Amino acid sequence: MIINLRGVRGSIPVPGKDTVKYGGNTTCIEITTDEGDKIIIDGGSGIRPLGNELMKQLPVSCSIFITHTHWDHIQGLPFFLPLFVPGNNIDIYGSFDPVYMKDLKTILAQQMEYCYFPVRESELNANISYNNLKEGEAITVGSAIVTPLLINHPVLNFGYKVESNGKSFFFTGDYEPPLNIYEPEDEAYAEYQRLVDQQKKILTDFIQGVDVVVADCQYTRDEYPSKKGWGHGTHDSCIEMARDANLGALYFTHHDPTRTDQELDSIYDDVMSRSDLPPTKFFIAMEGTEIKL
Amino acid sequence: MPINRDQLIEMVDKIPTFQESVHRILALTTSPDCAAKDLVQVIEHDPILTIKVLKLVNSAYFGLSQEVTSVNHSVVYVGINTIKNVAISVATTGALPKNNKAGLNMNRFWAHSLAVGVIAKLLAENKGVGKNEQANYFVGGLLHDIGKVLFAHFIPAEYQAVLHKAESENISLHLAEKELLGFDHSEIGAMVAQKWQLPADLIDSIKSHHRLGKQDSQHCPLSLAIYAANQTAHYIELTKEASESEAENLLAQAAKIDHELPEAVKEWLGWPLSEVCKWLSNLDDEIEKALAFIDLSEGEPTS
Repeated sequence: MIINLRGVRGSIPVPGKDTVKYGGNTTCIEITTDEGDKIIIDGGSGIRPLGNELMKQLPVSCSIFITHTHWDHIQGLPFFLPLFVPGNNIDIYGSFDPVYMKDLKTILAQQMEYCYFPVRESELNANISYNNLKEGEAITVGSAIVTPLLINHPVLNFGYKVESNGKSFFFTGDYEPPLNIYEPEDEAYAEYQRLVDQQKKILTDFIQGVDVVVADCQYTRDEYPSKKGWGHGTHDSCIEMARDANLGALYFTHHDPTRTDQELDSIYDDVMSRSDLPPTKFFIAMEGTEIKL
Repeated sequence: MPINRDQLIEMVDKIPTFQESVHRILALTTSPDCAAKDLVQVIEHDPILTIKVLKLVNSAYFGLSQEVTSVNHSVVYVGINTIKNVAISVATTGALPKNNKAGLNMNRFWAHSLAVGVIAKLLAENKGVGKNEQANYFVGGLLHDIGKVLFAHFIPAEYQAVLHKAESENISLHLAEKELLGFDHSEIGAMVAQKWQLPADLIDSIKSHHRLGKQDSQHCPLSLAIYAANQTAHYIELTKEASESEAENLLAQAAKIDHELPEAVKEWLGWPLSEVCKWLSNLDDEIEKALAFIDLSEGEPTS
C-alpha cells in the first residue's frame, strides 16, 4: 500500500512563500494498494493535481471517501478532471447529513450550482455513483477494505480505516476528542466522563495497532483552550491516541492556515523534546510525502 | 351543532402547553457559545423530548452502530451541534393527540402536513430565505392543519359529520367546518399556536392558510409560503389522482386551484402551480428524507 499525502492544510488553501515546504493544499490523501486499486480520502484542493496526474492514464477508476462536507474537504472536487471524462468510473462515499436532510449527491450538486461554478453536477460525464455510508459499514475496493467510524466534529465526520494485504492505515478527518461538558463538581460529571472514555475506547479499539495514522492536529496545547469545541485535535490528543492504540506511525495534519513552515518545524521540535512520548514515530504531514507500507 | 367560542377556548385549554423546554432551547441556541450542559439539562428535564431525541438518533436515519442510551451519550457520540438541531426539530412535532374517533385519517394528515412542510422549505430555499429561517417554513407546513386534530379529538361525533359532508358534497373541509361548526381548523389552529407562544408570523401562517384576508399585501412571506405550499400539495395530489384515473374533472379542479390563488400568493410564488410542480419533481425523495421526523409524532416510549 502506498499512501500519498496530497493536501495537509486545514480550513483554506494557503499557497505562498511561507508554506513551500509543507504545502498549502487542503485535505486529500491518495492510497494505492499493491494491486493498484485507487482510494482517495477527501477532496480538498490537493485532489486537483492528483486528478491531473490520473488523467495521463485513462480510463480512471477510483473510490473517493469523504470524511465530512466542510469546504476544505470538498473544495477540490469540481476541479478533479477525471469526473468530467466519459468512461471513467468514480464511486463517491460519505455520510448522509441527518440535520439538513441532505445526501452526499445533493450537497455536492449544490456545491456546483451555477452561482458557484460554471459546470453543473449533472454535466459531469464520468460514471459516478454516490453512496451514503453507515457507520461501521465496510466497503471493499479491490483488495482493500475501507471502514468508517463516526468521530467527534461539529458535523458528522467519518474517520476511515483502510486495510489491505495485512497493512492498515487510518485517517481521522477532522477530529476533536470529546470533552466533558460538566464541571467536576457537577453531579453528571462522572457519568459523562464514563461516556467520553467509552467513546474514546471505541476509537482506540478500532485503530489498535494500525501501521500509519494521519490525524487532525490543528492546534497546539497553548492555543487549544480558546479553540475548544471547534472540532480539532492537538499534539497532545494525537500523542494520547498513538499511545493508547499502539500506533506504528502518526502524521500530524490539518495544519492551521496561519502556520508557516518555520513554525511547524519549531512546534514539532518542541513536541519531540518531550520526555513522555510513546514508541510511535511522529511526523509532520507534508504535501507530497509518500508512505510505503 | 355549531360550537360556541367558549367551547373552542375550552378545547384549546385542554391541549398541553407547548413545552417550555422548546422555548428554552430556542433561547439558548441563539448564542453560538451556548453551554452544552445547559442544553442537555433542558432536554433531560423533558422526558418526551428526551425519548424523541434518542429515537431519532437511534433511527436508521443516522445509521449509528451503537445504541445511544442517554442524552449525554448522544452528545458524546454525534456532537452537541447535531443534538441542538435535532432537539429543535423534534420539539416542534410533539404535543398533539395521537388518535381520534372522528375518522380523521392520521396517516394522511401527517403525509399532507409533511408535504406542505417540505414544499414550504424548498420554496423558501428557492426564494433565498436564510438557512435558520427555513426551519420555520418547515414547521409552519407541519403545523398548519393542527386545528383538524383538535376538532377530531375533542368533538369526534360532530367532526365525523363534517368529514362526511366534505366528502359527500365534494367541498373543502374548511368550508364544511365553517358551515357545521361555525369555526374552521385554521382559526382554532391559530389559537393553539398562540397558546404555545409560537412566533407571530407562524401563528399568522396557520390562521391564514385558507383565507389571506383583505389586506393581502400585509401578509408575511411565511404566510404566503404556507398558503402556496398547501395549495401546491393539493394540486400535486389532484394531478396524481387524475393521471391514475384519467378523470378530467380532477384536472379541472387542479387548474381551478391554480387560477384562484390570491394575487399576493401568485406574486410571491412568481410561477403558476403547474410550473412549481415540475420544479418539485424530486418531492417524494425529499419527503422520504423528512419522514424520520414524522415518525416521531408517534413518539411514545417503546420500552
